[in-house]
Amino acid sequence: MNAPERSRSLFRFAAPNNFYPLAGRLAPWFAFAALVLTLAGLWLGFFVAPTDATQGQVYRVIFIHVPAAWMSMFIYLVMALWSAVGLVMNTRLSFVMSQALAPTGAMFCFVALWTGALWGKPTWGAYWVWDARLTSQLLLLFLYFGFIALTRAIEDPRRADRAGAIIALVGAVNVPIIYFSVQWWNTLHQGASVSLTKAPSMATTMLLGMLVMAIAAWMYTIAVVLWRARSMILERERHTEWVGAVLEHEAQLKGGRA
Amino acid sequence: MLSTFVAVLRRDLLLAWRGRADVLVTLAFFVIVVCLFPFGVGAEPNQLRAIAPGVLWVAALLACLLSLHRLFAQDYADGTLEQLLLSSEPAALWVTAKVLAFWLSTGLPVVAVAPGLALLLDLEQGALPVLVLSLALGTPILGLLGAVGAALTLGLRGGGMLLALLVLPLFVPVLIFGAGAVEAEMSGTGAAAHLLLLGGGLAGALALAPWACAAALRITTD
Repeated sequence: MNAPERSRSLFRFAAPNNFYPLAGRLAPWFAFAALVLTLAGLWLGFFVAPTDATQGQVYRVIFIHVPAAWMSMFIYLVMALWSAVGLVMNTRLSFVMSQALAPTGAMFCFVALWTGALWGKPTWGAYWVWDARLTSQLLLLFLYFGFIALTRAIEDPRRADRAGAIIALVGAVNVPIIYFSVQWWNTLHQGASVSLTKAPSMATTMLLGMLVMAIAAWMYTIAVVLWRARSMILERERHTEWVGAVLEHEAQLKGGRA
Repeated sequence: MLSTFVAVLRRDLLLAWRGRADVLVTLAFFVIVVCLFPFGVGAEPNQLRAIAPGVLWVAALLACLLSLHRLFAQDYADGTLEQLLLSSEPAALWVTAKVLAFWLSTGLPVVAVAPGLALLLDLEQGALPVLVLSLALGTPILGLLGAVGAALTLGLRGGGMLLALLVLPLFVPVLIFGAGAVEAEMSGTGAAAHLLLLGGGLAGALALAPWACAAALRITTD
């Protein structure tokens, strides 16, 4: 299995014992970036961006709602990508990555739905309307739940990984279909006078605030996923020597504390 | 290859015939669910007429969902599934045969009974052919997508609920276009677009689902 001359290719990080320390070194940087960008974005959103002409102060929830919605969709695609990589290249770590991404994606999806509801009440008069984007977001949440439930329900890790990968890919293929069909359905049933479009030209500061929050969410996702992947690796590889060494080392570091 | 397809189809149809109580239970479930709605929303005829397409479609979808466990469970339990997977025939071939047998024993009876049930809800007579056609196009798609879910959840505890969670988001577009077709016919705009989309969905599902289902079966039995 080892090539005669060892090349320092990035594929060496497909091995859990190489990826674990790398993730440990990278994650704090991303977490720090997330913190800084979140503070900057929230400052931009709540203090710098002007009051909206039609919606007043309530619109400021978009600085959380829109990045959360973007991230929920982006994370699903990344999950599907890792699932495909895992099925094709048969790398265990790819499946670990896709399963590490799922809870964060579901969380963002839930945040998007919740903040959307909070935004809807003062603006449309109802917490929930069956508009195309909200409905698609709800179905995306169910897709996430399905993936998480399936991977947790199967005890054999190998079978769980691959079954989850298939459902992630089937879901990814269906996401455009679901979105299109829900949009079609919604335009036919446009009963309530709900108009979701924002003002056609957004103030630059509003857009900037949203982008900063989106990148902050991305940094947060990377940090959290790397940390989650680390604990998943420890659990899966607990029978190996290197994990024993890592746990002993960490126990020694904490040995001084009561 | 055709002989394998026909052999598996015959076997599954024979098994379904011998266990036809299961099939009749599915049909009875369909009827009962449709009958529940007037009790829930009130018997006012105009309201029932308005919700009829949706109610019929949701009930058909649930009947299909609840009978999906029959697709692979028996063969998984007695080892036939492993033998089929070990055979030299492409798995997608006999998976398609099994899903076809499933549709003939579950979906087709639902399609046949639906017009009669539509009378209970006083669905407009002119929309009945569209109802039948939309169900005839839609229930195979539900069977094909459901087969993938059934293959993934084979043998798990709580498999039925998990199957529902996995597969219902995928069913939503079929439901939208199926019920939408009947409503479009009722409102006069014509159901052509919806039916064509359902047909396209069926073609796509026929092309992709057996392959995904075969991959899922290999994962389950490995």
